[in-house]
Amino acid sequence: MTAIVADVGRCVGAGQCVLTDPDAFDQSEEDGTVIVLQDSPSDDEALKRAQVAVDICPSRALSLTQ
Amino acid sequence: MTAPALQTTRQCPYAPPEEHTRIRDTDSGISRVTLPSGQVAWALSRLEHIRAMLTDPRFSSDRRDPNFPRFTREQPSFDIMRRSIIQMDPPEHGPARKAVVGEFTVRRMAGLRPRIQEIVDEHIDAMLAGPRPADLVQALSLPVPSLVICEQLGVPYHDHDFFQVRSSALLSRATTAEGRRQAVTELCDYLKDLIAKKAAEPTDDLLGRQLAQGNDPEDVLSLAFLLLIAGHETTANMISLGVVTLLERPEELAALRADPARTLPAIEELLRVYTIAEFANSRVAVEDVEIGGVTIRAGDPVLAMSNAANHDPAAFDDADEIKLDRGARNHVAFGFGIHQCLGQNLARMELQIVFDTLLRRIPGLRLATPADKLSYKDDVLIYGIHEVPVTWEDPA
Repeated sequence: MTAIVADVGRCVGAGQCVLTDPDAFDQSEEDGTVIVLQDSPSDDEALKRAQVAVDICPSRALSLTQ
Repeated sequence: MTAPALQTTRQCPYAPPEEHTRIRDTDSGISRVTLPSGQVAWALSRLEHIRAMLTDPRFSSDRRDPNFPRFTREQPSFDIMRRSIIQMDPPEHGPARKAVVGEFTVRRMAGLRPRIQEIVDEHIDAMLAGPRPADLVQALSLPVPSLVICEQLGVPYHDHDFFQVRSSALLSRATTAEGRRQAVTELCDYLKDLIAKKAAEPTDDLLGRQLAQGNDPEDVLSLAFLLLIAGHETTANMISLGVVTLLERPEELAALRADPARTLPAIEELLRVYTIAEFANSRVAVEDVEIGGVTIRAGDPVLAMSNAANHDPAAFDDADEIKLDRGARNHVAFGFGIHQCLGQNLARMELQIVFDTLLRRIPGLRLATPADKLSYKDDVLIYGIHEVPVTWEDPA
């Protein structure tokens, strides 16, 4: 199963993942870094959104693993 | 070594200068150009190369490096202020950005929505009550982002004219070195005084909270300076360019008015095609790096021609066309990498509220001067329009 992995150390809090899928991602109130709300995409549409989030993450903090 | 001068004039407002497209279409997509400073820089023009450069730690953002690309002949003086976050490299950058980015999360921006709506409505009320034609730039484009950033930071709005004049001077290529120094000094003195007042009497605004967190007032000064300059003209120019584009496309405008869910994708497309801060992504190499078969040596200045990259046919189908429902978000209009625009989610929200509210409240809005007769900003670092005369029919 595909899993969404976030490297909080790399994250710069741009929030592009939250804009892409607010059900899957959130940001820490304190320092804006990513919080993954759904560890794996629930369906194909969610997977597509996760792929966009990975592609547009400016600090390359997100990845998908099998 | 000689290299052709960097061309900055756009032949079409929503296309990169032809010279940039020509470079992008060469074998490597990379060329040497001479900057207004006299420096010879590598110019990158493809989306893939620019994204690679902006995510590679072997390129530095340190503007004190004499080889950092400059658009002014003189070396700027850096002794007036500490470095702001956009000038820092890791490991210094991460903690400094994290100390403020919590102020700009998607959720924090959503919390500002009611107040931004109020500001937009007040300015539209005033425009409707005034003479026709009105200048959209003065009525709406400039004051809305200006008021929003002033309130967010905790800068009294009655001082916003003061900021307007000086930030415009800083962004204009026509400003002399002396004029630039004077503008920086005056802004700096004003902000120092404001920050001292907030340190003595804490306020619940961005600058006040930065001080309350224990951040050094000198660092808060650099941050305040950065946010005020960045928050003034950029969003204003996108409002003007966006409204002109929409008014020129009645069918797409009608589709937007009928379905507000179309507004955010339209904003992404407008950001992409105009790429108003097209030269904001500059770096200097600190190690030898190979990009696209070209070896960039340590110490070489590198310029990202972001507008050419945002029209790169390898990344966008029919890249030169404006398709308001394209929905592509892989553009670099807000930059890429660790320095990507801190205020981008604020900008998106301001644009969304302005466009939606204008379309709803003034359905009879139209340009009083044809789009091709408007005065576009080819003389400043941030692209835009100087004046946008608009008029409107009274609702039936």
